[in-house]
Amino acid sequence: MSARAPVSEQVHVEVVHDHHEAGHGSRKAYITGFVLSVILTAIPFWLVMAKVFPDPRVTSFVIMAFAVAQIVVHMVYFLHMNARSEGGWTMMALIFTIVLVVIALSGSLWVMYHLNTNMMPMSPGDMRNMP
Amino acid sequence: MNSEPNPIEAYPHWWRLLFGRFTLESLPLHEPIVVVTFLAVAVGGLAVLGLVTRYKLWGVLWRDWFTSVDHKKIGIMYMVLGLVMLLRGFADAVLMRSQQAIAHGGSDGFLPPHHYDQIFTAHGVIMIFFVAMPLVTGLMNYVVPLQIGARDVAFPFLNNFSFWMTTGGVVLTMMSLFIGEFAATGWLAYPPLSNIAYSPSVGVDYYIWALQIAGIGTTLSGVNLIATIVKMRAPGMSMMKMPVFTWTSLCTNILIVASFPVLGAVLALLTLDRYVGTNFFTNDLGGNPMMYVNLIWIWGHPEVYILVLPAFGIFSEVTSTFSGKRLFGYASMVYATVVITILSYLVWLHHFFTMGSGASVNSFFGITTMIISIPTGAKIFNWLFTMYRGRIRFDLPMMWTVAFMLTFVVGGMTGVLLAVPPADFVLHNSLFLVAHFHNVIIGGVLFGLFAGIYYWWPKAFGFRLDPFWGKVSFWCWVVGFWVAFMPLYILGLMGVTRRMSSFEGTSLQPFFIVAAFGAALIACGIAAMIVQFAVSILRREQLRDLTGDPWGGRTLEWATSSPPPEYNFAFTPMVHDGDAWWDMKSRGYKRPLEGYKAIHMPKGTGAGVIISAIATVFGIAMVWHVWWLAAISFVGAIAAVITHTFNYDRDTYIPADEVARTEAERTRTLALVKA
Repeated sequence: MSARAPVSEQVHVEVVHDHHEAGHGSRKAYITGFVLSVILTAIPFWLVMAKVFPDPRVTSFVIMAFAVAQIVVHMVYFLHMNARSEGGWTMMALIFTIVLVVIALSGSLWVMYHLNTNMMPMSPGDMRNMP
Repeated sequence: MNSEPNPIEAYPHWWRLLFGRFTLESLPLHEPIVVVTFLAVAVGGLAVLGLVTRYKLWGVLWRDWFTSVDHKKIGIMYMVLGLVMLLRGFADAVLMRSQQAIAHGGSDGFLPPHHYDQIFTAHGVIMIFFVAMPLVTGLMNYVVPLQIGARDVAFPFLNNFSFWMTTGGVVLTMMSLFIGEFAATGWLAYPPLSNIAYSPSVGVDYYIWALQIAGIGTTLSGVNLIATIVKMRAPGMSMMKMPVFTWTSLCTNILIVASFPVLGAVLALLTLDRYVGTNFFTNDLGGNPMMYVNLIWIWGHPEVYILVLPAFGIFSEVTSTFSGKRLFGYASMVYATVVITILSYLVWLHHFFTMGSGASVNSFFGITTMIISIPTGAKIFNWLFTMYRGRIRFDLPMMWTVAFMLTFVVGGMTGVLLAVPPADFVLHNSLFLVAHFHNVIIGGVLFGLFAGIYYWWPKAFGFRLDPFWGKVSFWCWVVGFWVAFMPLYILGLMGVTRRMSSFEGTSLQPFFIVAAFGAALIACGIAAMIVQFAVSILRREQLRDLTGDPWGGRTLEWATSSPPPEYNFAFTPMVHDGDAWWDMKSRGYKRPLEGYKAIHMPKGTGAGVIISAIATVFGIAMVWHVWWLAAISFVGAIAAVITHTFNYDRDTYIPADEVARTEAERTRTLALVKA
């Protein structure tokens, strides 16, 4: 405490606004992002229209993977996400959001999947014909 | 369901075009209770309007309050809104308690079942959304910028707009009492009951639009306060030097921003079901009502913590101030708050254990629920250890804090009891549950808000509240609470379900009479509180506090005058310690007396009032299916928002000599106190 300056001097310090706001990105970054998004959009279209995989379920999972990659591209190149911007707050907010979305989605799927656990046992055929 | 012919059929086509489904039969003229209430409200309302006109207060109200973007004034307006709505919500409670005390052994009481259903729905909706939320938001609005040494919130206009959107929701809810009806579905409006097939009238629509409009306000105020806390702290105030109330406010607002969109989405889906015939929550075409229950509790459980975390913050401030000690275990308090924030997203299924999930799902959510009581328990111990060997002063805020600790622990224990799924299968939907959540919401949130009101009132108005009437109110409230809700615990254990409007036989009646007596005691507590406000305002000169620091406070809001000047602090304080103001005082802080600069402040605007008014008209039009008005008001609201973005006249400077005058006045006052 003794190392500090006398209080009356300290209070006169005006607020210094810290300026580590998010960068605004270069033209190169925007073009990279745009090209990547186009590629990541074109491939799923091709997968569906050319029927590359015989099983549509495989196709849908591959498309979902591309969608996730697309989200990352948008965040990095268009929203300028990185671990440093706004003093790490944007990354922290992103992680928090992802945690909550994963909890809400996986939790809901789990809960709804379990909905009929305590119902009378039924044959798969009966189950399929349920309203 | 109503089997009577729909009265709208009798009306001509032009009427339906002009007024949608509004008919003269929509006015509840056949309900004497409502008519008398309407007359009383009309007379009272006219008297207020008359007085405002008589004393020429319209200009003052509009310029200095309604259009103000000052966080302090908006905070006070939130508090007024919350306290007024407390009276409405409590009136509903009194109706329910007296109905249930009477309607036994063949008596139907004085409320028809359909009316009774609306009353318990309105009671829940109002108490959560329009009492607890405005009071919590109001305190955060008032106190947080002061505690972090800021001059206003990050987005001052947005703050004003948020308040008026909340008020828009209030207007819709109150309107439903006299025009049409309110939802009769319970406060969360579960489908299929709330779907169009079983609730064809306007009640659920009032519910939906009131919550959507108020929800926008709540979400935006959450964004606003997060940005304020993250970006506008005084230099030197690192995250781990923030006052605990600011910490809990930060976590609460993070919860608001993360959870209110879920409420908005689930209500939007219900709206689609009701308005355009989709089947999200019906039993047809793959719809599932349980999805609604699941989604609304993903919002609903965090909402509980949205309410109680700021209360925990208030108790922390009060305990340390009135024990004259630094808060015990500051870091553990912060970590407990953060852990509660995250865990609050992992427990929502405990609200519907009986939905039919398997043992694995139920035990997972049962265990997470029990785990959440650990950080909460840690907080209780922190407060106790803060008091231990402290020089405790039992002023009103501290009395409420002690009452909270005793009451809340019981509520917490019954909560852990309900967290055990097999026990919940017995107690679900019973009065035991009702007693439990009133035990935590009254004993936790409301007691905390009262502690906060008594604690910060001198800051807001420059005089303390009268302690005698405060103590009368305190004892009536606390004793009344226990008398009102302990019988409900007992009845719940006997298997009595909630939301009953009458009972066969008379064996349960004594318990309900005791509970009604408890409600009467609480009514005395509320009356004493009103008397207290009146007496304190009349005797304000005797109760005046000139120091700005009447309690020996520890945080920055006590560093400025009471009430604080518009700019809060002439110079932004430097922070070296968690208890910043305590630290400044103990190092012999001297107020700087010169070197004032002009202060840049935001300027008031009427845009918030106007946009919210248009949004409210939109809500009313949607409720009554007046499509032309809905279209016009929707376009109008968006146009008003866009127009407001072109308003560049948003800031103003308080000239240096005016700051100097205000501060010189304060210097004189302080010298007067010392002399």
